[in-house]
Amino acid sequence: MTTPQTLLTVRGLQCHFPLKSRLFGGSPGVVRAVDGLDFELIAGETLGIVGESGCGKSTTSRLIMALQKPTGGDVLFDGRAVGSDTAAAGIALKDYFRQVQMVFQDSSASLNPRLTIAESIAFAPKVHGMGQRAANAAAHEMLDAVGLEPARFAQRYPHELSGGQRQRVNIARALALRPRLVILDEPVSALDKSVEAQVLNLLADLKERFGLTYLFISHDLNVVQHVSDRVLVMYLGQIVELGPVDAIFDAPAHPYTKALLASRPTLLPGQRRADPPLLGDPPNPINPPSGCRFRTRCDHAERPCSDTPPPRAPAGPGHDAACLMHLPGSGHSAAQGRAA
Amino acid sequence: MSLVEVRDLTVTFVGRDRTVHAVGGVDFDLAEREVLCILGESGSGKSVTLRALMALNPAHTTRVTGSIKVDGHDIVTADARKLEDIRGGVVSMIFQEPMTALDPVFTIGQQIGETIIRHEGVSRATARARALDLLELVQIPSAKRRLDAYPHELSGGLRQRTMIAIALSCRPRLLLADEPTTALDATVQIQVLLLLRRLQQELGMGVIFVTHDLGVAGEIADRVAVMYAGRFVEQGPVAELMTAPLHPYAQGLLGATVHAGKRGARLTTIPGSPPALDTPTTGCAFAPRCAMAIPQCTGAVPDLRRFGDRAARCIRVAA
Repeated sequence: MTTPQTLLTVRGLQCHFPLKSRLFGGSPGVVRAVDGLDFELIAGETLGIVGESGCGKSTTSRLIMALQKPTGGDVLFDGRAVGSDTAAAGIALKDYFRQVQMVFQDSSASLNPRLTIAESIAFAPKVHGMGQRAANAAAHEMLDAVGLEPARFAQRYPHELSGGQRQRVNIARALALRPRLVILDEPVSALDKSVEAQVLNLLADLKERFGLTYLFISHDLNVVQHVSDRVLVMYLGQIVELGPVDAIFDAPAHPYTKALLASRPTLLPGQRRADPPLLGDPPNPINPPSGCRFRTRCDHAERPCSDTPPPRAPAGPGHDAACLMHLPGSGHSAAQGRAA
Repeated sequence: MSLVEVRDLTVTFVGRDRTVHAVGGVDFDLAEREVLCILGESGSGKSVTLRALMALNPAHTTRVTGSIKVDGHDIVTADARKLEDIRGGVVSMIFQEPMTALDPVFTIGQQIGETIIRHEGVSRATARARALDLLELVQIPSAKRRLDAYPHELSGGLRQRTMIAIALSCRPRLLLADEPTTALDATVQIQVLLLLRRLQQELGMGVIFVTHDLGVAGEIADRVAVMYAGRFVEQGPVAELMTAPLHPYAQGLLGATVHAGKRGARLTTIPGSPPALDTPTTGCAFAPRCAMAIPQCTGAVPDLRRFGDRAARCIRVAA
């Protein structure tokens, strides 16, 4: 067995969107969409990112895909800084895009309606210098790999396909350049349940066949639990917890993760809840609470929680949580007795 | 007497280019204070069925046959004036997208009051007082201040609570809900589901809830009906249906739903996709995708056969 190898490193990644300035002076605020992320992606793993709308999970994926310029921090691929082609240690965007591709949630908005699906899939290989004939052959091969018979589907247009078939085309297009990392941003959220299962099975097969690494973003906790090796939980632009999937789902350390898991509806009426785990909506990321951003909805919040943003503290092997209850000497009553 | 009585309901959309047989024969009853979930995938006809109960499908392109009785009122034959009395007063509806269902240029206090004034002829001041009570009923914090708020000033969860307040403003006997929690975040979805369950019990309403999410049905339903290609294929009490579905489609749907304990395992899938409804189905609509299909399945549309308090539309289900 080889030692785990880091494929992608995210360091202090930050993205603030300025708001339009007010009509009568006053400082225009910023939306702190992503506010200081640090994590690594191991080659061959599936890292799931969960969180509610506005927590920054999609912005994170766009920053990693270099579709959005960060306002701070950087992304390293294979140890090389993304986009800094002048620096000797950097990786140019064109080379980066051969290695990293993305699949979006809206399967029809992400395909060009005027191109046949074979043309859509062959587009990127041609841009990267492959001849017309070879690119077309590659497109047929990829269609076959995603379970769409090339003879039947290659010459069709996106509107002639069902949602599940279109998402298969998007996956084929993402894989046409044989990338090593695929970012999947809510890839099954718009699909019906019976089709969702087909696409999840396909993604598992393709990962094995092409030796891929996945960054899998979803708001659906059940799907994330099913596909992920490790899970990253975000709240208001920050990481609140990161760890192996079983640790996150069986023994969540952060109060937000606990509440999120407890919010899942049950299939069995005998297990219905009487009270919701959390009250209210997530606060506005324009003006997040001081200190710990979750403290306004947290049952365990104490005075120190409003003073300092909690750093991530170990909560188990390969598992950490940004909560003062896990930080020895933090001043939170639940942290007393933890070895420093 | 049942609160809702639907007999052999069909809904057909007639267009210039094509005709869609969206609902192809639906029969059901809803008892007082009962919560029925209609579960189905997109295009199964679940929302069309729900809208037919309030005659909300576009009048000039919709052909409805069969009968619908809600609290004794015949919906299919009612004229526009009668429908206005029924809508809001007897039956009301909440929708998936509160931002498109609410009017952006009126405050939420005005929008709640409008319904009360129309149905009960009260003064503006009385309507405003009632609106305040309703906002408190749906647990909107600082309700007094929020009466004068516009929809864009509220979060998604509060907007959905506002829509519930409008729907409940004239104490309907029947509440129709079309995926009201689908657009909400997980921690907010459970709050709204629990609120709806509490209000249903306190106000003693019947509720028909349309969803594609098995978890939502598990959390709120007394009885579940599974819909496929315009027909109910199975119905029964929620616990039995979730643990031991009878119809192969319901079995496939449960098998395909990702839930805890299946990690890494392959999901069972239903091959293919639902049929186009341009022509009425003549056999079992699910037969082409069904692993248990036999030649007789395509001969005629199977009856919805009863098995105790359950029913399934499949000739392969043994009694």
